[in-house]
Amino acid sequence: MQGAPKTLLQHAAGAASRIYTIAMFVFLIAPVLVVLPLSFTAGQMLVFPLPGWSTQWYVEFFTNPLWTDALRNSVVIGVLTTLLATALGTAAAVGLHGAKSRWSGAVIALLVTPLAVPVVIVAVATFYLFASLQLVGTFLGLVLAHTVLALPFVVVTVSATLQGYDPNLTRAAASLGAAPWLAFRTVTLPIIAPGVISGALFAFVTSFDELVVAIFLSSPQLRTLPRQIFSGVSENISPAITAAAVVLLFVSVLLMAAMEALRRRSERMRRATENAT
Amino acid sequence: MLALMAPSVVFVCLVFVLPIALFLFRAVDNSDVPRALPKLASVIGTWNEGELPPDPVYRALIEDLTVLRGSSELAVLARRLNYALPGFRGTLTRTGRMLPAADVPSAKDALVAVDAKWADPELWAVLRQQTGPVTDFFLLTALDRKRDVAGEIVPVAGDQAIFIDLYGRTLWVSLGVTLFCVILGFPIAAAMARATPAVANWMLLGVLVPFWTSLLVRTTAWVILLQNEGLVNRTLIWLGVLDTPLQLVFNRTGVYIAMVHVLLPYMILPLYSVIKGIQQSHLRAAASLGASPLRVFLTVYLPLSMPGVVAGATLVFVSAVGFYVTPALVGGPRDQMIGYFISYFTNSAVNWGLASALGAFLLLLVAITYLILGKLVGFDRLKVR
Repeated sequence: MQGAPKTLLQHAAGAASRIYTIAMFVFLIAPVLVVLPLSFTAGQMLVFPLPGWSTQWYVEFFTNPLWTDALRNSVVIGVLTTLLATALGTAAAVGLHGAKSRWSGAVIALLVTPLAVPVVIVAVATFYLFASLQLVGTFLGLVLAHTVLALPFVVVTVSATLQGYDPNLTRAAASLGAAPWLAFRTVTLPIIAPGVISGALFAFVTSFDELVVAIFLSSPQLRTLPRQIFSGVSENISPAITAAAVVLLFVSVLLMAAMEALRRRSERMRRATENAT
Repeated sequence: MLALMAPSVVFVCLVFVLPIALFLFRAVDNSDVPRALPKLASVIGTWNEGELPPDPVYRALIEDLTVLRGSSELAVLARRLNYALPGFRGTLTRTGRMLPAADVPSAKDALVAVDAKWADPELWAVLRQQTGPVTDFFLLTALDRKRDVAGEIVPVAGDQAIFIDLYGRTLWVSLGVTLFCVILGFPIAAAMARATPAVANWMLLGVLVPFWTSLLVRTTAWVILLQNEGLVNRTLIWLGVLDTPLQLVFNRTGVYIAMVHVLLPYMILPLYSVIKGIQQSHLRAAASLGASPLRVFLTVYLPLSMPGVVAGATLVFVSAVGFYVTPALVGGPRDQMIGYFISYFTNSAVNWGLASALGAFLLLLVAITYLILGKLVGFDRLKVR
C-alpha cells in the first residue's frame, strides 16, 4: 500500500477524509465553545452578530441571589458528595483489592449498577422514598442521591490504581507493628493518592453537573446551578444562562482535564513498575 | 476486608436498591383501595358477576364512604378509581356529598337514587377488580390494555392508546441516534487511530472536551444555535441556501442533532481504543495477498473493529433510551420519550402506578439490551474510557 505513488483518486479520497474529519470536530467542539462569546454579549438576546461586548451577564450571575445561591448550593452539595463518595468508595476498593473472594464480583456489580440504570428512574425512585422521609428539598437528600451516582467512579478509579499496588507493603507495615489504619494512612494512601484524587474529582464533577436528580429533589428554596439553568432554558432564555453555563463548563472541563492528567501519570507509573519487575 | 466493603454495600442498598424496589412495587401495588374501602373489600367477593351486587355490598360501600366522607382520602380514592374508569371520580364525589344513611331500607335503591351509575354492572366490575391487594391495572395501562367487564384483557380505545407508540418512538429515536453515531463516529475513530501520536492527542482532546462538558450546557448550546434567529439559520440564509429560517429545534430534527452530539463521544472513545489495537501487519498481509483496499476494509478491518462498534453502540443506545433532559429541552410535544412520561406522571399527573409501570418497562428494555450486547462483546468492554 505504501511506497506506490498515489493516484489522483487516492489524493481526492485523502482530502475528502480530512475535510470530513475537520467538519466532525467542528460539530463536536463548536457547540461547546459557542456559549463563550455569547456570554459576553452587550445585548439582551442570544443572537449573532453580538451588538457589543459586555461583562453585564457575569455581573448578573455573581450578584443576583438566584444565581449565587444556586452556585453556593452546588458547591456545598458537591463537596459533601465528594467527601462521602470518596470515603465510601476508597474503603470499598481497598476491601475489594484485599479480598479476592467470589463475593467481590457481586459487590462490584452492585456498586456499579447505578451507572447502568437510566438516571430518570434513579431520580424518580429516590424522590418517591425521600418524599416520605422529608428529604426532598434538603441538602442531605441531594448529597445522598448524588453519592450513589458518584460512588461507582470512585470505586472504579481507585480499584484501577490499586492494580499496581503491592499488598506486601501493607503486610510489611503490619509486621512492623502498624495498626491497619496507620498502615493505610502512611503506606497505602500515599501510593494510591492519584487514584483517590481522580475519584474525588470525578465525584465532584458528577454532583456539580448533575441535573436529573436535582430536578426531582430540589425545591424552589434549594436549587442547584444546573437546576437553575434548566428552568432558565425552559422558561426564558436570558444571556445570564450562558454566563452560568460558562462557569459550569470551566469547572467541569478543568477538573476532568486534571483527572485525565492524573490518569496518564499513573498509567505511566504502572507501566514503569511493570517494566521494572 | 468485608468491613471495608460493608458501608458502601449498605449505602447503595439503602439509597439505590431500596428506593427502586419500592418504586417498582407501585406498578402492582393496590393497597390504597382496599385500605380505603375495608368493608366493601371483604364482601364484594360474594357477588356473582353478571347481575347487580346484592344489597349488603351496597350497604358496605355506604358504611365505608361514611367513614371517608370529607377526608382527603376520599379524593385520593376517587382519583385512583378514575384511572380505571373515567367518570368514577364524579360519581364518587357526588355520592360522598349526598350519602344516604347506612340504615336505609334498601341501600341499593338509595345509592342509585344519588347516581344512576351505581346501577351499572361495569362500574361494579371495575370496583371489584380494584379491591384486591395487587393489580395489573397499571402494567396493562402502560401497554394500552385494560380489563373489560368480564375481566378479559382488551385494547383500550384508540385515542387512549398512547404508550405502545411511546415505546416505538423511544426505540426508533434511540436506534436512529445509534446509527448516526456509528456512521459519523467510525471514520473519526479510524482517523484518530491513523494519525501521528501528537495529532491523535489533539483529536482525543477534541472528543474529550465535549464528553466532559455537562449535558445541560451542550443541550442549551444547541437550543441557542438552532433557533430561528440562531447561528445555523443565520449562516444558511447568509449563504443563500435558505430564504426563510428552517425549523430546527423543538422538533425531531433538534432531538436527533443534540442527542447525536451528546452521545457521539460514547461511540468514538471505545471504538478508538479497539481500532488503535488492530495490528497494521494484518492489513498489510491482506493487501500483499492481493486484496483490494475495499476488500481489506470489509474482510479484515471491519470485523476486527466490530467489538468496538458493538460496545459503543450499546452504550449509545442504552443511554439514548433513558434520555429525558435533552428531548425535554430541544424536542416538541410529540418528540418526548419514556423518561419524559415517567417524569410527567410523577410530577404533573401524580400517578405513581403508571410512572412505575413505565419505569419497569424502561428498565426491562435496558436490561435486555445489556444482556444481549454485553454477552456479545464481554461486559468489560462496556466502558467509555
